[in-house]
Amino acid sequence: MPYGYTGKIAWANLTTGNITMESPSDEILKKYVGGRGLAVKILWDRFGKRWRSLDPLGPENLLLTLSGPVTGYIPGMRVCVSGKSPASNGIVGSTAGGEFPIEMKCAGFDGIIVEGKADSPVYILATDGKVEIRDATTLWGLDGKETIKMLNKEVRALLKERDKRYGLWKEPAMLYIGPAGENRVRNAVVMQKWTHACGYGGYGAVMGSKNLKALVAKGTGPLPDVANPEKVIAMLTKMDDSVFAGQASNLWGTGAGAYTTGFEASAEPVRNWQEEWHNDDRISVINLETKNWVKRYWADYGCPRACVKLAVVKAGPCKGAIDDNPDYELGAYCGANFGIFNTDEVIYVAAMIDDLGLSGVNSANTMAFAAELFQRGILTKEDLGGIEPKWGDAIAIGELAKLISYRKAIGDVLAEGTYRAAKKISEMKGVDCMQYAVQYKGIEPGAHGIRTGKHFPYLGYALSTQGGDHTSIPRFPVSEAGAAAGDSLVFCNMTGVARGELMWEFLNAVTGYDMTDEKWMNFNGRSIIQIQRAALLLGGPDIVWNPNEDDDNPERWYVPLPNGPFKGIAPKRNDLMEERKKLYQWMG
Amino acid sequence: MGQRPNQPAPKTWVFRDYIKCAGCRLCEVVCSLKHEGRIWPEASRVRVFMLTPGVEIPHLCTQCSKYPCVAKCPVKALSVHETTGAVIVDNEKCTACGLCITACPGQVPHLHPNRKHIVICDLCGGEPECAKICEKARFNCLIKSTRTSSVNFDLYSKNPEELTPNLAVNLYGEKGEELI
Repeated sequence: MPYGYTGKIAWANLTTGNITMESPSDEILKKYVGGRGLAVKILWDRFGKRWRSLDPLGPENLLLTLSGPVTGYIPGMRVCVSGKSPASNGIVGSTAGGEFPIEMKCAGFDGIIVEGKADSPVYILATDGKVEIRDATTLWGLDGKETIKMLNKEVRALLKERDKRYGLWKEPAMLYIGPAGENRVRNAVVMQKWTHACGYGGYGAVMGSKNLKALVAKGTGPLPDVANPEKVIAMLTKMDDSVFAGQASNLWGTGAGAYTTGFEASAEPVRNWQEEWHNDDRISVINLETKNWVKRYWADYGCPRACVKLAVVKAGPCKGAIDDNPDYELGAYCGANFGIFNTDEVIYVAAMIDDLGLSGVNSANTMAFAAELFQRGILTKEDLGGIEPKWGDAIAIGELAKLISYRKAIGDVLAEGTYRAAKKISEMKGVDCMQYAVQYKGIEPGAHGIRTGKHFPYLGYALSTQGGDHTSIPRFPVSEAGAAAGDSLVFCNMTGVARGELMWEFLNAVTGYDMTDEKWMNFNGRSIIQIQRAALLLGGPDIVWNPNEDDDNPERWYVPLPNGPFKGIAPKRNDLMEERKKLYQWMG
Repeated sequence: MGQRPNQPAPKTWVFRDYIKCAGCRLCEVVCSLKHEGRIWPEASRVRVFMLTPGVEIPHLCTQCSKYPCVAKCPVKALSVHETTGAVIVDNEKCTACGLCITACPGQVPHLHPNRKHIVICDLCGGEPECAKICEKARFNCLIKSTRTSSVNFDLYSKNPEELTPNLAVNLYGEKGEELI
């Protein structure tokens, strides 16, 4: 077995209750490394021949939670969640920061893979060398904050009961779903620590479909041995130091973008992408830091960056809302996207979404799509169960989030995500709603517009194997294999300390591999992306994508920008279709 | 401040400003690297408790005045270091009975996860790594400082379960009470 791994993956079958252990072969580990790469390999081996008929919300689908060999070593770690995506019908490697992968590795597992479906709600508990399935009946229906509170109590009491002499037991780490995942909202997320989401892909719905409320881990072992300890320690110390010497993202995270990406770059969702520019500086980071942040630096295990900040609304109609920063994506998608520019109200909406286990990007996109249909009179107050989601009304937008999470009224249709909802509502109302739907192959894009041609590349999302995922787009001359690297080694991009050759040097020092950037981009990473592309185009069972039509931008993004410094600007579809041919060749 | 004769030299202490803890656990990383030669969160002499998200509490020995852990040890495996004031564990003598844990007002010590002995902060011989990295990272939650008679250090030996409600309310207001 290569270094850096525990060498063990636990399989939990919720239908039979069986737990089995598997050790992936050295060749597979070396080729696919971990995280996204390993998930793609496991899924493709098992389901490749019948991908189209595999129901992502059926018991057969897998829910994979995987670490990578460098997880815990490269400063800033994440966990990668995957499976057949109920949003795109392809495979997404969906990552989030938090202590779960560290606890999982210290318990002796590189990953936990869940198959089948439990008869009643359960959670999975991983402790040293042991995985068990436990009753979660009393946890079902709880929101994120309540889930953490109850599970912390239960698991700490259990650990104490099992080992009374150990001393105080720390809290376990957990991945969990909120009501949105339980109700199989197609863009529901898998959450960690209140606010950290494995966002893209809709894996919260996969957990919900399995009656799986949470995965909990508490290990007491060390991280696995590494090939070259001196070098690993020297490299991680150097990486930490380079972050300590930095400034901007330590101070503000990405939160400053909620004002600047709109005002300076004209690339922010404003009222469901009807606009991408605004000059409302009430949403600027200066108001967050002076009014809302109670903790300036909030980090996950081993992270020197601490780009997350804790925000609280202490007075006014949104009082009591607690969330992080918000970072740029949520600041934009839960703010300007709803015509909300007040920090208290953005935090209120973001906290509501996080507590319910919706996606702050994807579900917020669907919600703004609904709000635009309301603006245009296509959806009425009656359709919306009495809610009037007017732009700028944070309380009503919060209610809309509940409507979707609990699948009430039109929320039942909106819970299918923007693409499926647009199709259905077009039929229901006899109006073309697709022109208002901003999405890519079932996955709503990150808060980065393409219309100016200067912010995100014109065809990045259109050609991505992960749809609208803003972290995984081909950006000539760097193919999507570059993004697949971070998700397969499984570490956090936000530290910004391990890119290109440095990342491979670190991987090699941990594992003993001889990976190079060239090798990864042309071979390992490339084959991961090619499998993802094949799975995406096979799709099914409910939707099969047509690359001619679907390797393209949503209609809205060919409509010229209505205001701001880039007013009147939009790409021309014909030009892009020519460019697409060249990009297909480049991608092979 | 001048040193009066017949008094022991000022000893090292790791000051903790709980509200500033980022939860980065770099203290655990460097502590376990120093004492175990590898990254090992549960073998770290400082452990960061997060009983509710955002409320992070670095839990480590405060070297309290009467050293009840040392007094309670039935095999004399614990001693006080002359110059630093740290509690030193003799791993050979220690039987991992756990009596020092219950003797400690903050239940700070815990058993080594793999070996049969207790784990207590030794102040790294006077240069605590945890404080070094925390200051370097500019989180400034753990700070190496000198003990003075004006502070009752015993008060800092607290079970994180006692401190969590305080900090939760401090951070989140009355909503904090519902989160624990």
